[in-house]
Amino acid sequence: MADKVITDFIRALRSADIRVSTGESIDAARAVRLIGYADRAKLADTLRCVLAKSPEEKATHDRLFDLYFSRALDTASKSVSNAAPGDTETDTTSDDMLSLIESGDEAKITIALAKAGQEAEIQDIEFSTQVSFFAQKMMKSMGLERLDTKMMDAFRRLTDEGEGEAEKLIEARREMFMRARNYAQQAFETYGAGATETFRQEFLSEKAITQLDRRDLERMRTLVEKLARRLAVKHSRRRSKKNRGQLDLRKTLRKNAGFDGVPFELLWKNNKRDRPKIVAVCDVSGSVASVVRFFLMLIYSLNDVVPDIESFAFSGRLESVGDILEQQDFSAAMDEIIFRIGMSSTDYGQSFSDLKMDHWNVIDRRTTLIVLGDGRSNYGDPRVDIFSEAASRAKQTIWLCPEAESQWGSGDSEIPRYRPYANRMVHVRTIKDLERVLDEVLASYN
Amino acid sequence: MTETKTGYAPLTSIDAITAGLASVGYISTREISTAIYLAHNLRKPILIEGPAGVGKTDLAASMGRFLNVPLNRLQCYEGLDEGKALYEWKYGKQLLYTQLLKEKLGEVMDGATSLAAAFDKLTSFEDLFFSETFLEPRPLLTAMQQTQGSVLLIDEIDKSDEEFEAYLLEILSDYQVTVPEIGTIQAQVPPLVILTSNNIRELGDALKRRCLHLYIDFPDPKRERAIVQARVPDVSSDLLKQLVNFVHSLRDMDIRKRPSISETVDWARTLLLMHASELDEDMVRTTLNVLLKHESDIQAVDKELRKLTRDSVAGQ
Repeated sequence: MADKVITDFIRALRSADIRVSTGESIDAARAVRLIGYADRAKLADTLRCVLAKSPEEKATHDRLFDLYFSRALDTASKSVSNAAPGDTETDTTSDDMLSLIESGDEAKITIALAKAGQEAEIQDIEFSTQVSFFAQKMMKSMGLERLDTKMMDAFRRLTDEGEGEAEKLIEARREMFMRARNYAQQAFETYGAGATETFRQEFLSEKAITQLDRRDLERMRTLVEKLARRLAVKHSRRRSKKNRGQLDLRKTLRKNAGFDGVPFELLWKNNKRDRPKIVAVCDVSGSVASVVRFFLMLIYSLNDVVPDIESFAFSGRLESVGDILEQQDFSAAMDEIIFRIGMSSTDYGQSFSDLKMDHWNVIDRRTTLIVLGDGRSNYGDPRVDIFSEAASRAKQTIWLCPEAESQWGSGDSEIPRYRPYANRMVHVRTIKDLERVLDEVLASYN
Repeated sequence: MTETKTGYAPLTSIDAITAGLASVGYISTREISTAIYLAHNLRKPILIEGPAGVGKTDLAASMGRFLNVPLNRLQCYEGLDEGKALYEWKYGKQLLYTQLLKEKLGEVMDGATSLAAAFDKLTSFEDLFFSETFLEPRPLLTAMQQTQGSVLLIDEIDKSDEEFEAYLLEILSDYQVTVPEIGTIQAQVPPLVILTSNNIRELGDALKRRCLHLYIDFPDPKRERAIVQARVPDVSSDLLKQLVNFVHSLRDMDIRKRPSISETVDWARTLLLMHASELDEDMVRTTLNVLLKHESDIQAVDKELRKLTRDSVAGQ
C-alpha cells in the first residue's frame, strides 16, 4: 500500500513533465521507508531531494506534493491501520451511501471515496472534461445502482413515508456526487493538469505566430522558455575536438622534460571550437513585429549557450536594441522598441546602410547573421550590395521570412534579390520553425 | 544494506546532523540535513546546485570537520582528465628503477637456463612495475583508499568536460574505480560524495539520475543572521538585523551580481571594524564595495541608498 502511494505520486510527477527513472523510483521507496510518512515536512524534503533535480522541477514537485498528499496520506495511513480489524467496515460503507452520508463521518467518507477512486482508476484522468465521467464511475463503484433501485422502490410505495425516504436518498445521492466530483477534480489537478498543459503547448507551438491571441502570451512565454531550455541542454555541452593528426611538439617536450625527454605522453594539437555569436537584424514594422517578439524572446532565453548576442531593430532607420532588452523586463522592452522604432515606413536599404555605418564590426567570421523580415521595402533601393558584403563577412547568413514562399517577389517584396546571398532563406510560421532554425544554427558551431 | 559498518557514527538522525554541523559552525536547514541523512543511508552522492556563495563548498568542508574524516577535494576545470583526477603512474620512479635494475639484470637472470624461464622472471617484474607502489593517487583514488571514510568533494563539476562527467559514473554508482593494469579498486568505506555545480552548463541526465539533488538558495533572514552571528560573534543584535535586512533588499534588486553569504559576513566584519552600532547612509556608501563587485551595481544601488538604509533600520 505504502509503495502504491509513492508510485502514484511518481506518476503524477511524470505527467507534469518531470522525468523519473526506475532507479529513482526505487530510491524514493527506500528513502520513504527510512523516513516514514508521519512527518509530512520531512517527507516533502525527502522526495524533493530524491525525485526533483532542478529548481523548476522542485517547484512543480512542491505543488503536486501538497495536492497529492493532502488526501493520499490520510487514506494511506488510515487504511493501513484499519486493515486488520475492519475489512468488513469498509464493505458496508460501499453498500449504503445513505447511511454513509448521514453518519457524517468524514474519515469514513474519505476512505470510501479513495477506494472508489482506485476502482475507477482515477489516476488515468487526463483532461478536465473527464471529471464528470470519472465522478460517475466512482459513484457506480460505490453502489449507485443499488441506491437507485432503493429509491425507485420507495417511490413505488406511493406513500408520504416512501416519498420522504426517496427525497432523502436523492439528497444523499446529490451530496455524494458533489464529493466525488471534487475528488475527481483534485485528481485531475494532480495527474492530468500537466498532460493538458503539455497538450496545449504542443498545439500552440504549431499555431501560426501571427494568429496568436493576446491571452496566449503567458502560455507562450513558458513554452518559449521550455524550448530554450531544450536547446540549451542540447548545445551547452562543449566538446573539445581533438585533432589526433598533429603532434603538438612544444607541449609534448615540455610535458616530458621530467623523463629526460623520453616522450611518455604525447600531446596533440586541439581545434578550438568557436563560441556561437548571433547578430539579429529585425524588421519591427507591422505584421512582422509579432514574429520578432518571439524570435528575440527565444534567442535571449538562450543566453547560457549564446552569451554573445547583438540585436538591431529597424523599420525606417536601424538601431541597436540589445541594451533595452537586457536592462528592462522583456515585454515592456519589446513594446517600447515597437513603439519607438516600428512606426516609420519600412526602408531596408537605409537600414542596411545604417548597419554598415555604425555597427559594421559586430559582424565577424564567427557570426551568424540572422535577418528577420518580409523584405518589403516600399520600392526603395534594397542595397543588396551591403547585404552581400555582410553575408561574406559572416560565418553564415540566414534570412527568416514570415511570408510564405509563394508571396516572395510579389509587389514590393525584394526577397528574390537578397536570396542568392543568404545561406538559407526560410519561411517561419510557427514557434517550432524558429526552434528548428536556431537548432541548426547552434549545431553549426559544433 | 543500510546497516553495514561505516565510519560515520554521528549520522544517526536528521537532528543529529543539524546539531553536528552547528557545532563546527555551519548553520544547516532541515532540507540540507535531510539530504545528508539520505545520502548516507542510501549510499548516494549529493549534487548541490545554487547561486555562487551560498555555502555549497563549505557544507562539504564542514561535513569533513564534523565527522572528523579527511576531505578530498577535486576542483574541476575544462580539460580535467583522469590523470589529474584519479591516478597517474610515477613515470620518473619507474624509469629510475629500470635503470637500477639494468645493472642487476645479470644477477636476476642468473638462474634462468632457458628462454621460457627468463621470460617468466621478467614477467614477474612487469607486475611489480605496475603495482600500487608506482601509483600516484589523485583525489578520487585517495578517497577510495581511506579506511576511516572520507568526504569527497567534486567541486564545480559543471566546469569539467562531458567525457569526464561520464567517467565519474562508475565512482558515483558503485564507489569503485578501475585501473586497467591493476584491476578494480573498491572503496573500503564508501566516502560521502558531494558534487557542486554553478550551472555553467546543464549536467547530463545520467549524472543527475545517480545523485540526490539539493538546491541551496540564499538563506532567509533568520538563518543568515545565525550564520553571521556564528562567524562574527561580536556584532550587536541590532546591527545584525539591520545589515541582514539591507543585504536582503539588495538581493531583491535587479543587479548583476547579488551579494553572497560570505560577502554579508565580510561586510559585518567591516562594519564592526568601523565601530558601527547601527547602519547609516554614509557608512553604507563607503563600504558598499564590500557587498557589490560591479561598478554598475554600485551606481544602481547608490541612487536608492537612502530609502534602502531607512527601510533596513526601520524593518527590524
